[in-house]
Amino acid sequence: MAIFPEFDLWLATALAVGVTIALKTLPATFLAGDTLPPLFRKWLDFVPVAVMAALVGPDIFIYDGVFDISPLTNLFLLVSMPTLLVAWKSGNYFLTIAFGIGLVILARYYGFA
Amino acid sequence: MAPAMDGLRRALPIVLGYLPVGFAFGVLAVKNNIPPALAVAMSVLMFSGSGQFVFASLWGGGAGILSTATAVGIVNLRYLLMSAAEAPWFGHVPRLKRFLLGFGVTDETFVVHATALRQGWKLNLTTMYVCNHVTQLAWVGGTAIGCFCGNLVDDVRPLGLDYAITAMFIALLVPQCSTRLHLLVAIFTFCLSIALKIGGLGQWNVALATIAGATLGLVLAQKADRRQAPE
Repeated sequence: MAIFPEFDLWLATALAVGVTIALKTLPATFLAGDTLPPLFRKWLDFVPVAVMAALVGPDIFIYDGVFDISPLTNLFLLVSMPTLLVAWKSGNYFLTIAFGIGLVILARYYGFA
Repeated sequence: MAPAMDGLRRALPIVLGYLPVGFAFGVLAVKNNIPPALAVAMSVLMFSGSGQFVFASLWGGGAGILSTATAVGIVNLRYLLMSAAEAPWFGHVPRLKRFLLGFGVTDETFVVHATALRQGWKLNLTTMYVCNHVTQLAWVGGTAIGCFCGNLVDDVRPLGLDYAITAMFIALLVPQCSTRLHLLVAIFTFCLSIALKIGGLGQWNVALATIAGATLGLVLAQKADRRQAPE
């Protein structure tokens, strides 16, 4: 299929973009806020915490593409433990982030991967 | 002014993460034979980190039109859940604006907005638009710089910016665990997501783990309710 060079690429892009926009916008646009069935709303109430946990899990335990449970080689795992503590005790969003990034900078400065 | 400032405040850690990751995408796209203009257009229209990365690597690896588009769809299925999870608060918002708010959904913007909404924040469209579009600006800007100046910046790692978003997720996850049940759901989903990813379901792990975790939460909540309700 080459109506013009790169037609394939443009088509693939259009499809991928279309699918993504549909996934992002259809529920928000058409699921009317107040008329959702109560059971569904209850289920949705757990989605944010589940999504965040699902996202952060691999981020912490899979470092550089490798599943690594050792804080000695997995920098993100090492740093995440004190960061979690700071998040819990301070309840301060920016402090937690700055602390976490700061630890990573420090560790890498001292030669940690 | 205040709502816009709120939006900027929410956007700041996300911007820190999006600039280098957008940059990385720009570099990857060009390396995989995607013209810079198209890479930037993707960041503008798709605004999806994982989706765009999957697209670029599959396309560069020779996957066909349908495979590439399908893979992007699969990896982005979780947006369906996120968009649905925000919907309950959009009851009185006109359709077109709801569409725009949906368009602004990414892992990170969803996480900041959903957290605020669940903590009782009253929906303010200005805050949401400012956050979504400022972060997108950073994403698009990073992409553009990556496309054209890929060889300039060697490594974002000394700056720790690759940890920015993870740190943000931790900062937001903790207050989400407001009840023991939510904490349980978090731990369960956390482990399941990792297991699925290691088990080879890399594109599906977030969506599947989320569905399983939320369902577990619902089932346990219903059981608890039934035990308390007088028969």
